[in-house]
Amino acid sequence: MLYFDIKKRLRAGANAFRLDAAFCLEEGSFLGIRGASGSGKTTLLRCLAGLCRPDSGGIRLGEELWYGTRPPVFLPPQRRSVGLVFQDYALFPNMTVYGNVFYATGDRKRTLELLELARLTKLERHFPHELSGGQKQRTALARALGRRPRLLLLDEPLSALDESLRYSLGDELIRIQRETGVTAILVSHSREEISRLCTEVLELADGRILGAGAEDRFEERFPSGAVELGPA
Amino acid sequence: MSLDLEPFLVSLRLGLWVTGLLLVICFPLAWIFARSRGRWVVWVESTAALPLVLSPTVLGFYLLILLSPRGAIGRLFMDVFHLRLAFTFAGIVIGGCVASLPFMLTALKTGIQGVPTQLLDASYTLGKGKAETIFRVVVPNMKSGIAAGLVNTFAHTIGGFGVMLMVGGSLPGVTKVVSIAVYERVESLDFASAHVYSAILVALSYVGVLLLNRLQRREARR
Repeated sequence: MLYFDIKKRLRAGANAFRLDAAFCLEEGSFLGIRGASGSGKTTLLRCLAGLCRPDSGGIRLGEELWYGTRPPVFLPPQRRSVGLVFQDYALFPNMTVYGNVFYATGDRKRTLELLELARLTKLERHFPHELSGGQKQRTALARALGRRPRLLLLDEPLSALDESLRYSLGDELIRIQRETGVTAILVSHSREEISRLCTEVLELADGRILGAGAEDRFEERFPSGAVELGPA
Repeated sequence: MSLDLEPFLVSLRLGLWVTGLLLVICFPLAWIFARSRGRWVVWVESTAALPLVLSPTVLGFYLLILLSPRGAIGRLFMDVFHLRLAFTFAGIVIGGCVASLPFMLTALKTGIQGVPTQLLDASYTLGKGKAETIFRVVVPNMKSGIAAGLVNTFAHTIGGFGVMLMVGGSLPGVTKVVSIAVYERVESLDFASAHVYSAILVALSYVGVLLLNRLQRREARR
């Protein structure tokens, strides 16, 4: 089970903004977080990845406490079993497709497996600037799976793609998530994309959870902060 | 016209020492300046950039005071390492480092700023530490910044005059660099030798800048 309760105050220009979101998720689920720009989706994802420290609250994945205030615990991203696909993919320009995935795995066999999984075998010697948007997205996904993460975070991975590609790569995402069984969280502003891909949905507005639950029972209200971090 | 190659050898040796030392010294500084949001950064950065706008003679004068056996740094080196700094090769290396510091620092800082923060974040989420991220992600993606630092620093150092003359004087084979040799040839009205020395310096600088521009154009196409 993934539990998180994240409280963080942000200063965006003149506007102060407070993220206050708590939720729990079964392992192996595919959660979609939707909300308008500036609703706190990416900050939430960055806090889960360990790239951003919450002000208070807690994050726990199974038995592992990643963040807590009493006693103070903050695991850096290197010590969290997490993979993150960035909105603009953040592929290393100095490395080939193979190099990008190998950087994560450190193992040739595992790298080839992931290239196969993401249908990238023929492109392994290409550099990121030689790839199309969809190929970059698949490379970023293969790389994010390199460490066999227990939690896969996807920050609007389809937003830069055209509609037909978005559809087919969305199917690829579902296939890969099911094949690997990884718990995944997808952030998107597209309601349609989340309904199609995810089994659970959480809606954010101004840093607060408006509603959450299984996709088919979404209308049930889910007040923010209702989830308490369970004991290990 | 008699052409003495010794000033070139001193200048080349000086250029290599200063460039190598500054690369090591400036990388962590450039990292801090590029990534830190502290208010103190602008103060330290302005101090580091001072040699860029300060008269080389004034800079050389203060360095001479500091490096002389009675100066703070000169006395420290004398007491700890039994090493005299004023009018020695070590002294002009220190002088060269101070005078060329902004050239290396600015180029490296620009190079580091050119590497998107997301690449670092990606590397951290892939389990890599800061050192591995710097050597495998940051450095390879700021090649043109490093090259600019190397070329600018080397060219500025081998062409240095005011600071070298103040700190090192003109000891043949020790502190007499090529720009001082040019000055002395002009003073003795040996224009032919001055022309040859100057032309070699111009050619060396041009080749460095040309190589740098070619590298930057290639990087920009990626």
